[in-house]
Amino acid sequence: MTAAVRDAETSRANAGATMLPRLLPATGQPMDLSAHLKVHGRAPYRGGPRMLIHTIESAGLTGRGGAAFPTHRKLTAVADQKGVPVVVGNGAEGEPASDKDKRLLWSSPHLVLDGLQLAAETVGARQVHLYVHRHPELLRRLHSALAERAAAGLDRIAVALVTAPPRFLAGEESALASRVEGGAALPRFTPPRIFERGVNGAPTLVQNVETLAQLALISRYGPAWFRAVGTEQEPGSMLTTLRRADGGGGVEEIAIGTPIADPLRLAEHPAQAVLVGGYHGAWLSPEQAGRLTLSNADLRPLGAAVGAGVLAALPTDRCGIVESARVVQYLALESAGQCGPCLNGLPRIAATFMQLADHRSAPSAQDDLRRWSKLVERRGACHHPDGTVRFLRSALTVFADEVTLHEARRCSASTYKPFLPIPAGSPGHEDDWI
Amino acid sequence: MDERLRVNPILCSGHGLCAELLPEQVTLDEWGYPILSGEPVPKELRKLAHRAVTDCPALALILVRDH
Amino acid sequence: MTSATALWYASRATGVICLVLFSLVAVLGIIVNRQGRLPGLPRFAVTGLHRNLSLLTVAFLGMHIVTAIADGYAHIPWLSTVVPFTSGYERFWIGLGTVALDLFAAVIVTSLLRDRLAPAVWRAVHWLAYVSYPVIVVHSLGASKDLRSGWLLALTMATVFAVVTAISYRVIAAYAAVPRHRLVPEQLAQADKTGSLR
Repeated sequence: MTAAVRDAETSRANAGATMLPRLLPATGQPMDLSAHLKVHGRAPYRGGPRMLIHTIESAGLTGRGGAAFPTHRKLTAVADQKGVPVVVGNGAEGEPASDKDKRLLWSSPHLVLDGLQLAAETVGARQVHLYVHRHPELLRRLHSALAERAAAGLDRIAVALVTAPPRFLAGEESALASRVEGGAALPRFTPPRIFERGVNGAPTLVQNVETLAQLALISRYGPAWFRAVGTEQEPGSMLTTLRRADGGGGVEEIAIGTPIADPLRLAEHPAQAVLVGGYHGAWLSPEQAGRLTLSNADLRPLGAAVGAGVLAALPTDRCGIVESARVVQYLALESAGQCGPCLNGLPRIAATFMQLADHRSAPSAQDDLRRWSKLVERRGACHHPDGTVRFLRSALTVFADEVTLHEARRCSASTYKPFLPIPAGSPGHEDDWI
Repeated sequence: MDERLRVNPILCSGHGLCAELLPEQVTLDEWGYPILSGEPVPKELRKLAHRAVTDCPALALILVRDH
Repeated sequence: MTSATALWYASRATGVICLVLFSLVAVLGIIVNRQGRLPGLPRFAVTGLHRNLSLLTVAFLGMHIVTAIADGYAHIPWLSTVVPFTSGYERFWIGLGTVALDLFAAVIVTSLLRDRLAPAVWRAVHWLAYVSYPVIVVHSLGASKDLRSGWLLALTMATVFAVVTAISYRVIAAYAAVPRHRLVPEQLAQADKTGSLR
């Protein structure tokens, strides 16, 4: 990206910043139905299937669940299948470092629920589910939002709430399909892909709740409005979960293409590295974080991605290796344990990396980690091993100096207080996947 | 029309017959699970490939046609 | 010896051969399932032996049935080959044989089509083999007095011992198997024997 283009995009991103927030309520207060109707009005049903697809295509909306797949192509793929489709709104982010889906469902449930109805109309679905983790207060709020909508006759198809277990992989689309069918949230082998045969064999549209909310807004305000913010290739706003080096942060809606240093305030709160995407994402060095924007155009060439919008700036007093080893151990424990390479490789990788963090690694540790990484990549039914390896490799690269210190039984950190959130209670029972 | 081997890693339990029948296409990793070359199955190995698919005790091996 | 008697003896003899073959097939099947090896044989040969012996069993089973029916003395109707408990002669014991045949036929047919069936379907039908085993043994002991004395009794006991041992091994392995949700924690514990996990 040339400097001139970068500057133009940045000033557009900054100008667009005044048009934010869009997804989250401007007042900061959660929107109930009457507030939602006052601001946005009723969801503009098109009257038939497929009619919204062209608008979504012009808007250039891509999935906000992490994969950034063009939404219009997913809608078309499902609408093209034989059989009556099922739609599932995916609010089970599973990512411990991400709070955006929870926040969106809490603050703007009606945007998500409008999006669900519009998506269902677009693909010709007759069953709609909303998949969320088991937070009692959030579930209560969603139940009452659905009741309000039923009373107002807003929803053409009744929405069934399905709860997800607190698993990292719960939001993976084939695990989601298994759970919505009533079984455990375990990934399946594909093909057939979920859009072809998902919940109970029906073509299934799985869309992240943020994507649905964006769709609901685009259907009202149009593609040009959507594109007023963001970049040409990656238009629109996105929700991010920020963890600044000073401990501050939270969920914020920003324009795609915003320099990473800005929302993280890296100038005031310098970091030794920045994690982008989530626990299947990648670490950036301070130099990279200072130079790059939050966009796949900038991040993909480095093997990173915008992902689920997690931006975590590791403070300089922590140890990047210890933090990363804790994450890798968590990721290993979250393996579904269904595929030989993953269930053999990830625990060995995690144990070796933890030994490195603890200054008790064998001399072959780095070679072992490299070999096992190559062995597990792309050999599972889902992308859990791939994402784990991406995270691991970026840690070994960005924290290479720290690795050298640790092999010499030293460490540069002054505290081991955990920075990245790791849930306690790894699965210990078969029911933990339900 | 090419045929390629694919393994369903959920069904696979590392019996290793595939690697015995088709060492040109399948090797085993250090835990006994198959690593597939991903290359199209050459004509002369097609019969063996079909046999590997039929004989896999876990029915984990598949032959996929690409167009 | 009249031809009728020759057919009757042939039926009894092929019956014994079927019992022995089926026992071998069952033991081999369990060896395959447990990823066991036979000395000097690659794994595909163990699987191949299991399949080929089962097809040999089909052949001998065919002879066992045809000779029993062709021998006019016992008046076993052709219908009794597939519909259990319809034979006038020794209705119960022959009926058990028919049950065993029906189960065995399901196993064989699905196995011939196994690359076209969903793995779960093939597996479910294949377990009928376990169901058929006691039926076969009881039929063998009941349908004729041959196996109840002498060397044939010893042979029968040897085959039953082998199969029961193999099945017990299979059942114990199933109970001892680490459940899916414990696989990763066990691997992690093994991989990190030297230290504690944080």
